[in-house]
Amino acid sequence: MYKFQIENLNLFYGSFQALFDVDLNIEDRCITAFIGPSGCGKSTLLKTLNRMNDLVEGCRITGKVLLDGEDIYYNTDVNLLRKKVGMVFQKPNPFPMSVYDNVAYGPRTHGIRSKAQLDEIVEDSLRRAAIWDELKDRLRRNALGLSGGQQQRLCIARALAVNPDVLLMDEPTSALDPISTTKIEDLVQELKQDYTIIIVTHNMQQATRISDNTAFFLLGKVIEYGPTENLFSMPRDKRTEDYITGRFG
Amino acid sequence: MRNKFDVELEALNTDLIEMGSMIETAIASSITALIQRDLHSAERAIEYDNEIDEMERRIERRCLKLLLQQQPVATDLRTISTALKIITDMERIGDQAADISEIVTRLAGEKDLLEIKNLKKMAEATIKMVNQSIDAFVAKDPVLSNEVIAYDDVVDDLFNQSKTELIHAIQTDSRYGEQFVDLLMIAKYFERIGDHAVNIAEWVVFSITGQHKNQKIL
Repeated sequence: MYKFQIENLNLFYGSFQALFDVDLNIEDRCITAFIGPSGCGKSTLLKTLNRMNDLVEGCRITGKVLLDGEDIYYNTDVNLLRKKVGMVFQKPNPFPMSVYDNVAYGPRTHGIRSKAQLDEIVEDSLRRAAIWDELKDRLRRNALGLSGGQQQRLCIARALAVNPDVLLMDEPTSALDPISTTKIEDLVQELKQDYTIIIVTHNMQQATRISDNTAFFLLGKVIEYGPTENLFSMPRDKRTEDYITGRFG
Repeated sequence: MRNKFDVELEALNTDLIEMGSMIETAIASSITALIQRDLHSAERAIEYDNEIDEMERRIERRCLKLLLQQQPVATDLRTISTALKIITDMERIGDQAADISEIVTRLAGEKDLLEIKNLKKMAEATIKMVNQSIDAFVAKDPVLSNEVIAYDDVVDDLFNQSKTELIHAIQTDSRYGEQFVDLLMIAKYFERIGDHAVNIAEWVVFSITGQHKNQKIL
C-alpha cells in the first residue's frame, strides 16, 4: 500500500491555480524527490501533504490526499496529522532555546512530562539525526550557537522526536556547505528505513544520489514520475529531458 | 544555458567522426594492400594505428572531463558512455587493420599469392559494416545499426567459407602452407573487425533507446 495517494488534486490561491490534476502515489519507506523550476508547484504540493497550506489565506483545494488510505482533508485532526507528517525547511529554524528543549518541545506539547522519558526521546532523536555524538555534551547550550549543518540536523531530530511516519523536506540542504550537505544526504538515506521521505530539491545531482523515485513538475503539473534511475537515464517526456539536461529552467 | 556543454558535446561528436574516418581509411588501406599487394598502402595502415591510438586517448580525456564537470544525465549520459565504449572497438579495428597490413608486408616477397575470392568478399563486407556503424552513430540511426548487427552473419559465413577454402588449399599443396595460414589469419582479422562493428552498432542503439542487446542496463 502507498503511504500517500494523491488523486486529481487541484490547488488554487484565490483565482490563481497552482496545481493541476495531480495524481501521485508515494511509496512507503522510500525517498521521493520533487524537482522542477521555481514556481512549478513542487513546494506547494509538499505543503498540502501536512496541510501547511491551510495557513495561506484564499487557498482552496479539490481532489483527495490519502495518508494510509485516509483523506487528510476530511475529518482529520490537523495537529495529529502534523505529528505524523513532520517537516524540515530550507533554512534551519531552531527555536531560541537549548538543544535539549528544541528536541523535547514537540513531545512536551503532546503531553509528555516525565524527565526520564524526555531524556530518552532527546537522546534517541539526536542519535537518529546522527548528531548525538557532537551535541551530547552541549545539550544545555543555546541551539542558535550551532553551525548551520548542525542546526539542520537538530531540526531533523526535532521533527523525529514526535515519532512521525513521514518527513517532508523542503530544500533541506540549499543553505548548507558541501560537507553538511553530505551529512544530511547520508542521514536521509539512513532514515528511509523507518520513515517515508519526500524531498523538494533544486539540486538534481542530489535527487539522483539519494532518491528512489522522482517527480518532475512544470507549471503546476506532474510531467513525469517514476524510478529516479529511469527518469534521469531515459526520461519519457521531452520536457523532462530538457529540464534535467539544463536546456531550460 | 549550457552553451559550454553543447560546444563540448559537439567537439566530442566531431572527434568521433574523425576517428571513424581514420579507421575507415586504415581498413581501406589494408584491403588495398592485400588485394593489390601494395606495400605503400600497407605502410599507411600501420602508421594510422598510432594516430588512432592518440585519438582514442583524446576522446577518453574529453569524455572523462565531461563526466566530471557536467555530471550528465539522460541523452547526454548515454551519448558520453557510448562514446567511451565505442572508441575501444574503433581502436581494436585500427589494430587489426595494422595486423593485416603487417601480414601483407610479410607476404610481399611470396611468388604465387593465392587468389581467395571469399577473402575479398570479406574485406568488402567488413568495410561496409564499419562504414555503416559509424554512419549510424553520426545519424543516430537505430535501423542502420540493426542492419549492421544482422550483416555479421554474412561475414561469419564468408569466414567459414574462407576457412574451408584454405584448408582445402593446404591439403592440395602443402608447399604454401605458411602463406595459407597467414591468409587464414587475415580472414580471422576481418571476422573480428565485423564483430567490433557490431559492438559499435549495439552501443549506438543504446545511446538512442537506453537498451543494449535488447536489455535495459540502466
